[in-house]
Amino acid sequence: MQKVEHGTAMMMSLRKQWRDIPPVLWVLLVMAIASYPLTEAFGRTGGFSLQFLANVVERSVTLAIVAVGQTFVILVGSIDLSVAFVISLAAVMASYFMQGNATMILIAVPAVLLMGAGIGWINGFLVTRGRVNPLIATLGMGLIIQGILSTSFQNFAGSVPQSYQIIAYGSLFGIPNSFFLLLAVAFGAAFVLRKTRFGAHIYAVGGNSEAARLSGINTDRIMRRAHLIAGLLAALAGLFLTSRLGSGAPWVGPDGIYDLESIAAVVIGGTILAGGRGGVFGTIIGVLIFGLIDSLFNQLGIDPYLKQVLRGLIIIFAVAAYSMRSKDEVA
Amino acid sequence: MSKQPQTSSLLTPVWSRLSRMEPIYIILAAIVLAIVLSNPIYADYGPMMQLLRRASPLIVLAVGQLFVIVSGGFDLSVGSLITFIVLLSALVLNTHPEQVYACIALCLAIGIAAGSLNGLVVSLLKVPSIIATLGMLLAYRGAGLYLSGGSARGNLPDTFRAFGRETVYGFPIALIVVIVFGVFAAWILHGTNYGRQLFAVGTNPRAARLSGVNVTMVRVVAFMFSAVSAVVAAILLGGFSGVSTAVGNGYELQAISAAVLGGAVLLGGRGSVPAVIAGAIALHALFTLLNIWGFPKPMRDAVQGIIIISAVAYSAWRR
Amino acid sequence: MLFERIARPLMVALVAGGSFAATVQAQDNNEFFDQAEYDRQIQLLDAKPMGPEGKPWLQSMMDNYRDTSQYKKEGPWVVCFSQAGIFNPWQVVGNQTMKEELKLHPKIAEFIMTDAEGKDDKQIADINDLVASDRCDVLLVTPNTTAALTPAVERACEKLPVIVFSRGVATECPVSYITPIGGYAFGAQAARFVSENLPEGGNVLALRISPGVDVLETRWSAAERIFSENDKIKVIGAEFTNDDRAIAKSIVEDYLQRFGKIDAVWMDAGATSAAAIEAFEDIGVDIPIFTGEDQQDFLAKWKEEGLTAIAPTYPTFQWRTAIIAAEMILSGEPVPGPIWYLPQPTITNENLDKYLQANMPPQHYALCGCEEMEGYPENWGGTK
Repeated sequence: MQKVEHGTAMMMSLRKQWRDIPPVLWVLLVMAIASYPLTEAFGRTGGFSLQFLANVVERSVTLAIVAVGQTFVILVGSIDLSVAFVISLAAVMASYFMQGNATMILIAVPAVLLMGAGIGWINGFLVTRGRVNPLIATLGMGLIIQGILSTSFQNFAGSVPQSYQIIAYGSLFGIPNSFFLLLAVAFGAAFVLRKTRFGAHIYAVGGNSEAARLSGINTDRIMRRAHLIAGLLAALAGLFLTSRLGSGAPWVGPDGIYDLESIAAVVIGGTILAGGRGGVFGTIIGVLIFGLIDSLFNQLGIDPYLKQVLRGLIIIFAVAAYSMRSKDEVA
Repeated sequence: MSKQPQTSSLLTPVWSRLSRMEPIYIILAAIVLAIVLSNPIYADYGPMMQLLRRASPLIVLAVGQLFVIVSGGFDLSVGSLITFIVLLSALVLNTHPEQVYACIALCLAIGIAAGSLNGLVVSLLKVPSIIATLGMLLAYRGAGLYLSGGSARGNLPDTFRAFGRETVYGFPIALIVVIVFGVFAAWILHGTNYGRQLFAVGTNPRAARLSGVNVTMVRVVAFMFSAVSAVVAAILLGGFSGVSTAVGNGYELQAISAAVLGGAVLLGGRGSVPAVIAGAIALHALFTLLNIWGFPKPMRDAVQGIIIISAVAYSAWRR
Repeated sequence: MLFERIARPLMVALVAGGSFAATVQAQDNNEFFDQAEYDRQIQLLDAKPMGPEGKPWLQSMMDNYRDTSQYKKEGPWVVCFSQAGIFNPWQVVGNQTMKEELKLHPKIAEFIMTDAEGKDDKQIADINDLVASDRCDVLLVTPNTTAALTPAVERACEKLPVIVFSRGVATECPVSYITPIGGYAFGAQAARFVSENLPEGGNVLALRISPGVDVLETRWSAAERIFSENDKIKVIGAEFTNDDRAIAKSIVEDYLQRFGKIDAVWMDAGATSAAAIEAFEDIGVDIPIFTGEDQQDFLAKWKEEGLTAIAPTYPTFQWRTAIIAAEMILSGEPVPGPIWYLPQPTITNENLDKYLQANMPPQHYALCGCEEMEGYPENWGGTK
């Protein structure tokens, strides 16, 4: 490998980079370009503008953060249905801890993140040690969280201080803070997946768990850590949502259908449900497609429930586009 | 994933039979006993029938779900299919209240079409069933709410509602529906060639295909069964509560939970109709027990979560 | 390795601790009770409305006006509306009424509506979209919940005149917040009726729509106070129905199962009263004291069974007022504000027949103020 000529190496890396671009990017681009004349012609709220695009991104941030976490578990061949409930838990706990008090931010944020990571780790533990099907393990965990949370809080719990809402509503150099958060999460995750040993192990375990085990990887530990990251990022999404809403309530997670939509975004982005192939940027594009549909439908004044139908069909066809030619048995 | 060959013979000692019996029957008996001890009124015929009547949509749904689970998949679309059917029936019957039976026939036809669609998407487009039915979950809910404008509209006439509300000689009509459906499902799954093929597909689809089973057909029929069970459950639930937009919410998870509780093995190959019926009744009875004990309603979710994790962990440990 | 070794017990402890803290902590939410406002509403119930007789949607219970000359604009206008959602029959009737009212305003050239499907997060984004588009001359908002939508409404106020109705926000920045007399009056009337009709005391079940909405929280906080002043009354539960018949009915069945006897059902909205009554019928016990709203299925049941019942109302004619207020603001006419109190009639045994309309669908609300409008009753689903 080291002896390959420099130019060829460049070419190969370029080609590799090219192949790394998920094909769904073209879908997003086509949609974005198509939405330009559409909104100009029929748009009810000012047509296509930078503001329009900014709003698309802004309404996608929460889902994007969760979906990046979901990417980790799906890559490793698992799944996490508890994320929506972790978001609720994080949102309620954050605003309950803070009670409008700015000094509590420093305690509440790490505590909530740790809580999310802890739940993720328990999910991973149930899957690896308990040998519980990940769907059931994370679904069960979600139900447990939701049950306890809704029993204890029937309403918005506490509130966040004004200074905390800067995360969602503030901006730096004219760019909303939420963009920076999104970029940090996306690039952080991409770095972990591509440049670290842990990232390589995730692909190895997801691709072929048995082979990975034989090559000396502690597959169970990789699985637990992937789940831990999903829980952590779900909690982060919850923290962001609290900043946006000003308070947390037990229904904010399930209301946003973050569990199903995050899975949908991941698979639309080209990550294979069986694990081992895919990446974070595809996921982000998947999320942006959803955000674009939201904004576009608002602009065109189409019934919002039709949008849900369309979302459902997009999920199916996006996955079909990847899986149709596969020879494997699918159930 | 390999299983012990089943050597059941009349000579097998009783204790060995007991040890192989699905634990769900013991759990069900214990829960019912706890209910009766907590509130003796449940030993009476009327309250017990009430309890069973309220469990009946879940029983039907769990049996339908069992077919898909045995085939190795999941059907997450049933809850929102229920919502869709109830909202659609209310709108149709609002303008034609006399056409109840035509409406039910229409709904069953929709169920068959919806099930085939799920099955074909999974088999031909190779979309994993969890994603395919998740997409349909969003689509049916969206379509139902689109039809009704987002709110409960229209009306269900009393003849439609009779299935979920009325009794014949003190026996709930809903339970008659459950018995007919249950017996039919048990015969299909445990007494026909199709049932054997379904188990074969769930255990090892490749082997089944090689031995000449039409895997696509078997899968499609399983999804059809599940969707039809959702339509039947929708008629019972719509009858019980009238038109509502939240009527099917969460039922897909309860159905999967009930099936798992009844010993069905996720990813295919094992499960029995009577045990799953017992699982559904046990789950509903457990909710009733928690209610009698004064647990707040959300705690049912938590208990359901603990149960399904334990049930799956137990069956993993047993094998 | 080290990370997991240290973090593992810490996380488990935190999760356990967090859930424990969440379980033991009792909720005592008083932020929605305001004695002065409570007293004012009770007083307004007996006040005589100002404005044209027989047109309650134009009337005002108080003599408070806001100058709007700064918003005066030549027509034609673009009116924007961020709607929380159309997820219950009350909103359906309101929307229909609003649609018909719009036809009476030729100067409103365009009406742009977004639907948040009952999600706070989406409604925040919707309001941002509408404001950023720079096309709206006035913004109508029906907030999904109070606290979450307040910042979005505040930011919209900086750019254009805002009218809030249906549900409130915690700011007085909108030019007018259009509301019937209010939730305290609603909740208190129903609770007093229950309390007075239960001289021996008894079990009361409270059914509420959803939490976090000021106009609903006030209804319950008033009722809760009245019930707590009567030691013979035991509130056996206060549950949320999401305004859904299926949920309401199963909650009532659960409580009947658990307590055996319910003497009164207090409701903060009427859409599910009829479903809740069914639960008693199915189990075969007498229908207790009920409170509801001006929804036809409840009124019909009331008449048919001769119930002991009362129906405070939260009239849907406020959806007309919102459009009228928009035109007033853009014409520079003074509008009642910061709060425009509309009349809030109460349905009792005496005037029940006046509100019972056999030709209207079960989910129609009697106080739509739409009887004189073009297309009535067909456009509201009724028959002539």
